[in-house]
Amino acid sequence: MSEFESDWRQSLLALLENAAINVRIAGAAIEQWHISAEDWQRFAELAKQQRLRWAAGWAEHLGSDFVVNACFEKQGRYLWLKTTLTADNLELPSQAGLYPAASRSERHSQDMFGVNFAGHPDSRPWTRHKAWNKHQYPLRKDFPLPGEPEKQTPPDIDYNFIKARGSGVYEIPVGPVHAGIIEPGHFRFQAVGETVLHLEERLGYVHKGIEKLAEGRSPEALTKLAGRISGDSTVAHSWAACRAMELAAGLAIPPRAGFIRALLCERERIANHLGDIGAICNDVGFAFAQMQFSRLRELWQRSQAETFGHRLLMDSIVPGGVNTNLSDEHCALMQQEIQALRAELDELLPALDLNSSLEDRLLTTGFLSTQTAELFGCLGYVGRASGQDFDVRRDAPYPPYDHLAFKAAVETQGDVASRLWIRVKEIFAAIKLIEQILQQLPGGDIIAPWRRPPEHSEGLAMIEGWRGEIITYVRFADDNRVSRFYARDPSLLNWPALERIVLNNIVPDFPVCNKSVNGSYSGHDL
Amino acid sequence: MLRLFLKTLKTGVITERQKRPKDSELERLGIVVKRHIDKHFSGSLAIREIDAGSCNGCELEIHALNNPFYDVERFGIHFVASPRHADVLLVTGPVSRHMQTALLRTYEATPNPKWVIAVGDCAACGGEFGVSYACCGAVSNVIPVDVVIPGCPPTPDALLQGLLGLMKKRCNYSAYFYQRE
Repeated sequence: MSEFESDWRQSLLALLENAAINVRIAGAAIEQWHISAEDWQRFAELAKQQRLRWAAGWAEHLGSDFVVNACFEKQGRYLWLKTTLTADNLELPSQAGLYPAASRSERHSQDMFGVNFAGHPDSRPWTRHKAWNKHQYPLRKDFPLPGEPEKQTPPDIDYNFIKARGSGVYEIPVGPVHAGIIEPGHFRFQAVGETVLHLEERLGYVHKGIEKLAEGRSPEALTKLAGRISGDSTVAHSWAACRAMELAAGLAIPPRAGFIRALLCERERIANHLGDIGAICNDVGFAFAQMQFSRLRELWQRSQAETFGHRLLMDSIVPGGVNTNLSDEHCALMQQEIQALRAELDELLPALDLNSSLEDRLLTTGFLSTQTAELFGCLGYVGRASGQDFDVRRDAPYPPYDHLAFKAAVETQGDVASRLWIRVKEIFAAIKLIEQILQQLPGGDIIAPWRRPPEHSEGLAMIEGWRGEIITYVRFADDNRVSRFYARDPSLLNWPALERIVLNNIVPDFPVCNKSVNGSYSGHDL
Repeated sequence: MLRLFLKTLKTGVITERQKRPKDSELERLGIVVKRHIDKHFSGSLAIREIDAGSCNGCELEIHALNNPFYDVERFGIHFVASPRHADVLLVTGPVSRHMQTALLRTYEATPNPKWVIAVGDCAACGGEFGVSYACCGAVSNVIPVDVVIPGCPPTPDALLQGLLGLMKKRCNYSAYFYQRE
């Protein structure tokens, strides 16, 4: 940490002192800064002056109190902000006015805990539709898991969508059941002619109560649940949950387990990028690429089923390590597989690159400026296509990435084409990482025996999934059971950017804009 | 353009080239599906997929049905954009309470005769999520289900087998129907 004793921490502390904001600092790996509730917003002001990125926010019902957390980041160093509220005064000045990235997260805490974020620019409910009443809060400890639902949950018809009026302005409501094979969500477009004037997203349709379901689970059961937060990020989410639990328990996993975890995670990245590249091309009618890339994805998944026993690699990561080992033959096969993939890509990519009609549809479509991406804290390929030079694997490396070298591609072009080619570059980076992993793969155990975590111990883990940084928080109760679990999928920060990305594009280009972002609905709604 | 043709020629028709036993099994399965479909749907089966709360894992595998290895369209099975065009609803996920009404309305919008396939462990029994303040659990808790395809997520092979199961049940239904009349 000391070598990274970067200026911003000192300057921020000095600013806080000037502003007479008391900070109590605790914790080692990631510092916990406790401040009082009334300073919550002023802290955000100073953090913004120091250009810290707002990364995550969540609340917790602890005894008779409520703890509200926010996580900031700069230069790969995280700051964990905490404040405590008493049950009789659940009010906190909102940070969302300063950090738009915090907006949906605060609305989520408002719906789930009843925390009132004073001065929030948008006080409409977010996660809550009609499955529970306005003054019920599912994540409070006295709310029972079964709830008191009606036999049929009524539709959420009175949500106050923004309206646009004027000559020639019309509205297109889309979803929650979409035309394609995708997840449910509602989009409300205002358009003039073919041009999108405004888009409003309404998500929360796949809210499955994951945070509540996690309460009381054993580490193994929590890992299984985390692996189903978002099916395409099953490796990354179960890794994040395990790492958070291992940090809480003070458990170091065997080096070989770390390498296999990274191998699984890079394979997941490649599988999803292959699928996305084909799907983006398909959304502009280039079926050749869709067929070729879905073929590559299928081959990739089949080899995963053979080597690891599951086409999507579900349930391969367990607390303390992994449950799937890698034989020498598997390593050799994977080397061949990578060579074959390289050869395929060398043939296919020029065909994409030199296709002028593809270029015509993707270049300048769905532009996201560097400023907007920074404002929303965009992550992964969405952020990196718009100048957000951040990758947890490189900037806050966790094992085994502290032993591996790779280049994170960054562009400032910010359009659909850029988000497509960033994916291509990430595939090649992942291939190189897999080669290093196979070369350096240490011997030894693949799992360490679980160690019972101390009472109320907490863990906060960051993992670079294929969509970007995942932040997972776990707190244990006294009996090896989970008392609080929160996973911030990168989609939470990328979804709001889509509302900007489609502006001034034509309505028929919405699918390709959406696919280029490819946010997870399930990971967002929890 | 020449590049595309060359690559296409080089790739060939991978759908038929599959010689591995798993795929010949699939080929056999697909043919059986087609025979049943021919009998009752004049060679076509229109499927509307509904994600009623899944983690998206099932959707990824349903997508795979359209890749050149499985290519379900050759069996007359195709995915449509509206329930009004559908014979079959393919429903995934533990039905989230927020999707309950949408699922019911989609079911109502599907013309008769219609069949429902619950895809994946969550749709079959609630899976990892079960019944809670946020989930209704199995699809059959919300709409009638004809066939269940378990798996987390089910493989494309299992999905095809499930479609076959629907066809068989469909036959039984019609036998029952004719008998009664």
